[in-house]
Amino acid sequence: MNIQMPRINRIPFFFKNQNLLIQWGIIFFLIITLITLIGPFIVPNDPLTANMSERLAPPSSTYPLGTDHMGRCIFSRLIVGAQSTLGITALVVATVAIIGIPIGLVIGYIGGRLDTVFMRVADGILALPEFILAIAIAGFLGPSLTNLMISIVFVKWIAYTRVVRSIVITERNKDYVQAAKVGGSSSWKIIRRHMFPQIVSPVLVLATLDIGKVILTISSLSYLGLGAQPPAPEWGAMLNDGRPYFQSAPELMIYPGLAIFFVVLAFNLMGEGLRDKWDVKSR
Amino acid sequence: MLHVNSISKTYHSKAALSDISLTVQPGESIGVIGESGSGKSTLGKIILGLEKPEQGDVHFRGSNLHTLKGQALKASRRHLQIVFQDPAGSLNPKLLVWKSVVEPLENFPDVIPSFLKEVRHDRKKMAEVLFQKVGLSSELLERYPHQLSGGQKQRIAVARGISLEPDLLVCDEPTSSLDVSVQAQVLNLLKKLQRDLNLSLLFISHDIAAVQFMCERIVVLKEGLAVDSFLTEDLFSESRHPYTRLLVEMSMEQEYK
Ligand SMILES: Nc1ncnc2c1ncn2[C@@H]1O[C@H](COP(=O)(O)OP(=O)(O)O)[C@@H](O)[C@H]1O
Ligand SMILES: [Mg+2]
Repeated sequence: MNIQMPRINRIPFFFKNQNLLIQWGIIFFLIITLITLIGPFIVPNDPLTANMSERLAPPSSTYPLGTDHMGRCIFSRLIVGAQSTLGITALVVATVAIIGIPIGLVIGYIGGRLDTVFMRVADGILALPEFILAIAIAGFLGPSLTNLMISIVFVKWIAYTRVVRSIVITERNKDYVQAAKVGGSSSWKIIRRHMFPQIVSPVLVLATLDIGKVILTISSLSYLGLGAQPPAPEWGAMLNDGRPYFQSAPELMIYPGLAIFFVVLAFNLMGEGLRDKWDVKSR
Repeated sequence: MLHVNSISKTYHSKAALSDISLTVQPGESIGVIGESGSGKSTLGKIILGLEKPEQGDVHFRGSNLHTLKGQALKASRRHLQIVFQDPAGSLNPKLLVWKSVVEPLENFPDVIPSFLKEVRHDRKKMAEVLFQKVGLSSELLERYPHQLSGGQKQRIAVARGISLEPDLLVCDEPTSSLDVSVQAQVLNLLKKLQRDLNLSLLFISHDIAAVQFMCERIVVLKEGLAVDSFLTEDLFSESRHPYTRLLVEMSMEQEYK
């Protein structure tokens, strides 16, 4: 199978221990979740209120990270932006899994012509790199968050279907499936009871690793102006906003850039850790 | 009860079975012996309706197994069960073993096996009774397959095989992946169950001693052909096919090693 999953090729030595890897990932994950959930209630300033008299102010007690080119509190925008970036990501990954998993289960188990047709369609869609395709679709549908999400879902479900399908194809010929058939279990029951449990850990690993990828895609497309629209505080859109000021006020891009970096790192660490723990092979 | 009429099966234009016929009467146990690759498992799968023969047909309880579909096929399967060779592969590694055992009973809510009359309403209790029947402690109910020995897993596969009180149990090399000391226990168990439940057995093996112990009649397969067929007591008779005699000699040598 030629599904690419991002891999941290060189894991820093202090993350070598796989449990440590998961622990760090989970700690980051909890911090991020906490910030995402309660952040909007504790931010010092309204993230949307522009204050032209205080543009590009340095950090102060009122503005912990200073203000941006429109005098808005960067810290508040980052915290509130976590909710939109991560919320969209979670929604996208969940939708992709909900679409991709059942199709993969059925196609993999039934096989035959259905499977051939699917593989053709998948190869057709993925003839272009995922990212380019997402840009094309988002561009075609017009710039908005909803369209961005639709375009990512459209491109991404295939990876889930493929992973699930390939697992089911190796499992469906095993003796325990034959025994279930002889015991009178319907295809539906075999898929539900016997196939589904086999795909849970690989799909969780795939999804965890994908969260990092999707965050990057959303941010990149927002950066290109295809996703979240101003003045919404989304990390990629913030990067985009800060671009004209890169020389005079680099922190406008550095802060959202760092936020993206840490979140992606956290999910990748966790995904790698789970992959090792559950001994899921890359497919 | 089971009539296999000159069936043939080809895989990739190579014959796995050619023109095989055999009959199994109620309560009878038939042994099928042959070397690895001789088509034994293929024969078993065809009899179970898991594979279709290209020629010939299989009649089970009066109907042609390979023309049955849907509910009718399911109804036949209730009388026709299997124990596979490799117990590690025949139990879902992600499922508690007791759930594997009662799965057939879930699929046939109307079937009430004689030994499950009192507990038919309770899945867990049925599993307990079945565990008892195959000599396993009920402490093992809540285990996963990897937490059990090969012999224990095979007993669980046997429990599932008899759970619907079938007419015919196909055993495909049920002991060949087990330690020698455990093999005898599982054979004894199968023999006892066969007598208690008046099962017919189709006992597939490459172990002549096991077949001799279990079966009344023996069919010898060689490269997909049935070269010999006889009553077990005639195993050492002069009229045996040369290939049968070769197999017997080879198994004797093994024993003296
Ligand atoms: N699903 C299959 N696909 C292709 N060839 C098969 C398949 N199953 C069995 N065969 C071939 O059929 C022959 C008989 O196999 P099998 O019935 O498994 O023999 P045995 O159980 O006696 O070892 C072998 O040559 C095997 O390679
Ligand atoms: Mg075999």
